[in-house]
Amino acid sequence: MLASLYFSFTNYNMLQSAKWTGFKNYFQLFSDPRYLQTLKVTGIYVVLAVPLELAAALGLALLLNNRLKGMNLLRAVYYLPSLLGGSVAIAVLWREMFGTGGLALQLLTAIGIKLPSLIASPSTSLYTLILLQVWQFGSPMVIFVAGLRQIPADIYDAAVLDGAGRGAIFRRITLPLLTPVIFFNLVLRVITSFQIFTPAFIISDGSGGPTDSTLVYSLYMYQQGFTNLKMGYASAMAWVLLLIVGSVTALNFALSKRWVFYTDVEA
Amino acid sequence: MTGPAPRIRRRAGRGLSRKTSMYVVLVGLALVMAYPLLWMLGSSFKPDNEIFTESGVIPKSFTWDHWIQGWQGVGIPFGRFFLNSFIVSGLTALGSVIACSLAAFAFARLEFRLKKVWFACMLATIMLSSQVTIVPRYILFDKLGWVNTYLPLIVPAFLATDSFFIFLMVQFMRAIPRELDEAARLDGCGPMRIYWYVMLPLVRPALATTAVFAFIWSYGDFFNQLIYISDPNKFTVALGLRMFLDSSGQQQWGNMLAMSTASLLPVFILFLLFQRHLIAGFATTGLK
Repeated sequence: MLASLYFSFTNYNMLQSAKWTGFKNYFQLFSDPRYLQTLKVTGIYVVLAVPLELAAALGLALLLNNRLKGMNLLRAVYYLPSLLGGSVAIAVLWREMFGTGGLALQLLTAIGIKLPSLIASPSTSLYTLILLQVWQFGSPMVIFVAGLRQIPADIYDAAVLDGAGRGAIFRRITLPLLTPVIFFNLVLRVITSFQIFTPAFIISDGSGGPTDSTLVYSLYMYQQGFTNLKMGYASAMAWVLLLIVGSVTALNFALSKRWVFYTDVEA
Repeated sequence: MTGPAPRIRRRAGRGLSRKTSMYVVLVGLALVMAYPLLWMLGSSFKPDNEIFTESGVIPKSFTWDHWIQGWQGVGIPFGRFFLNSFIVSGLTALGSVIACSLAAFAFARLEFRLKKVWFACMLATIMLSSQVTIVPRYILFDKLGWVNTYLPLIVPAFLATDSFFIFLMVQFMRAIPRELDEAARLDGCGPMRIYWYVMLPLVRPALATTAVFAFIWSYGDFFNQLIYISDPNKFTVALGLRMFLDSSGQQQWGNMLAMSTASLLPVFILFLLFQRHLIAGFATTGLK
């Protein structure tokens, strides 16, 4: 880590030895239009993908929490995509589904919407990546289900005796008692989604295109560090990423005091 | 006094229809979720012209061509990539199980200075992005002459660098009653023998979870493999797929789909075998 901090102040390119350049890399970053573009793309990605994914995960977890027959099978089906989702194969599938004439477009055509390739169009390509992450809601869902199982049944019984309806039970009991789990999932998903790489790389042939619309942070870091061999520049990017993720996580923790409800604190 | 009875009956009736509608929703959504995967499997048996015209899962005319042609790859057969991947991921899984269980044993049972601080540090690295250290790590492995070998992919696993697994196993070990190691100690066992004869057999589920997760994650990893491996003969499945994609482009979608499906099969089989372990392991670390 310290080595990475050091390199971020140099112009190291693997061929010559590193030369100290002070904050030059950092100044350059913020006047690099492509860098600013990665901030925008990654920002949109995180802000949209994480809440949508968590909402899907929570919704399904609530449905799955009913102890009915076949729930384990259904849970497995929902979980599977999150195990496969980060792979090159799924990114290839996505590329094919949302590319010219792909499955998604065939289905849309069938209901009367005709669209060109969603991946080749800069205005939609990022959304296919967001959809890919939402599709992988299985892992936070499993954590939600485990969290729901920990809510003691007698609290529910008491609420039903008091005449509380379904909506009230959810708002007043389930949701508050689940906030620690929601918080945990939120922190984890934010951190991982800042690091998305494989699907963006595969969908855009490593370019981040079309017109840099899928140029997520790690992809640009890879291009700078390992294609252009600007190791110093890439280290600077890594450090800014660490600061961003760190401050978003810190912000999450700070805000959590307002909405996360810990039973053991109260007791 | 007669009030409650009809109410209960009504609720039971409503419960039944609620149950049915819930099943409909859940099964419907599961189908939507699984559809891309099923379509991929089905399309790998469709002739090329059918892939982009038929959105159904079951091919109208069935062909093995894509699997046969795809397996031959471009120059290097896919069997080679699979073998490479199995070597890398198998060793990674082995390393993770050995190293992480030892580290977890130390955290769960042994006393040493600043243990809490070290534990906190270890947890913090779960949160840390591995990408922050990618540049110095690359330079280090380059200096060691390890670039274009599997060492940068495997050796870190033997050094217990994946704190997620350590955490998982610490959680497991803490649940095992201390009386057991006390008894072993009285019988004259040192820490290593307690670890080997008492702990390991008892945390077998956690070991299995770790091994399977380590295998799947290493198998699915792309970033590290892309950075370190450049010789096509050493390519893993992920890199092989990417090379295939680059060289065949839009023309060979059928072959691409067949090989993508093939590349997911090992993960799918592991998932079927260890489904319960995986989901339970994931949920226990998620909480607490």
